[in-house]
Amino acid sequence: MNGVTPQLLEDLAQRAEAEGLLDVAYATVDSPIGSLLVASTPRGIVRLGFPTEDADDVLDQLATKISPRVLEAPARLDTVRRQLDEYFEGRLHTFTVQLDWTLTGQGFRHQILRHTAEIPYGRTSTYMEMATKAGNRKAYRAAGNALGSNPIPVVVPCHRVLATGGGLGGYGGGVSVKERLLRLEGALD
Amino acid sequence: MGVPPFQRFVDEHGSAVHGFLVASVGQHDADDCWQETFIAAMRAYPTLQHEGNLRGWVLTIAHRKAIDAHRARQRRPVPAEIVPEIPVDAPTVLDGEPALWKLVDGLPPKQQAAVKHRFADDMGYGDIARLLGCSEAAARRSVHEGIKKLRETWA
Repeated sequence: MNGVTPQLLEDLAQRAEAEGLLDVAYATVDSPIGSLLVASTPRGIVRLGFPTEDADDVLDQLATKISPRVLEAPARLDTVRRQLDEYFEGRLHTFTVQLDWTLTGQGFRHQILRHTAEIPYGRTSTYMEMATKAGNRKAYRAAGNALGSNPIPVVVPCHRVLATGGGLGGYGGGVSVKERLLRLEGALD
Repeated sequence: MGVPPFQRFVDEHGSAVHGFLVASVGQHDADDCWQETFIAAMRAYPTLQHEGNLRGWVLTIAHRKAIDAHRARQRRPVPAEIVPEIPVDAPTVLDGEPALWKLVDGLPPKQQAAVKHRFADDMGYGDIARLLGCSEAAARRSVHEGIKKLRETWA
């Protein structure tokens, strides 16, 4: 007999939040590209995990790098879940949720991702352009690495950054997902 | 390696803690005690250095919360007109023979607790020892003595 009901778990998450103990809340979101894991701190969305990533690994990483007080709390992620739904339906062009940049570190990588967040819906840029914006034109490889380790893909649209020669370049969730997102946005023919 | 994400900790130990609480404070107060236990655990969680014996740790917290609940219950005024349908302490969820559990309730307190932890909560002797504040050998002995007495009286 298992007395731990979903209601009991939900009450625990709610109480933890009320007492300021919920450092990282997470939920899974169904999407056309598979099940996404979204995590948030009180400051904002901190992580989005692709279906290609192991959910336990993502949670371990959050526990180690942010805080072990990690709880599943879908209610805390209602806004971003709704925005993701609308994005995948093509109805939402700009995410308005707050972001927590803790996992992007400092310096060049952080700069690259901040600039990437500003690329508008339906537009694309290149690794070299991003490197130039971050202050080092020659560092396009490093720019590619920074984008490849984007902790909040889709919301921070690294899929809009392509190889300089016109190729799609790489993508953490797989190049087919990158292509799919770009088509959804009308950025590819 | 630090402690696992708190959700995993809840998933792994939540049921055992709940079972323990139902046996010690009854169905009615178990949910509240369970929440108190995990909130307290969550508060202290980041200060834990390693995975260690998390089960034993959380059961120790649950044990303290159960004592708190018993004390609170003693202080609680009892409305005279309302007769509860079920006595608060009734072991409502204990599986098996109710008559046998009644015999368990007749055992000396330590043997009674040891037998319930062992067979209703499926706890190991190490955890039982921790809860009862005795050695593992003593916990084993309490269970053994309790069972022996039950064998003698159960016909």
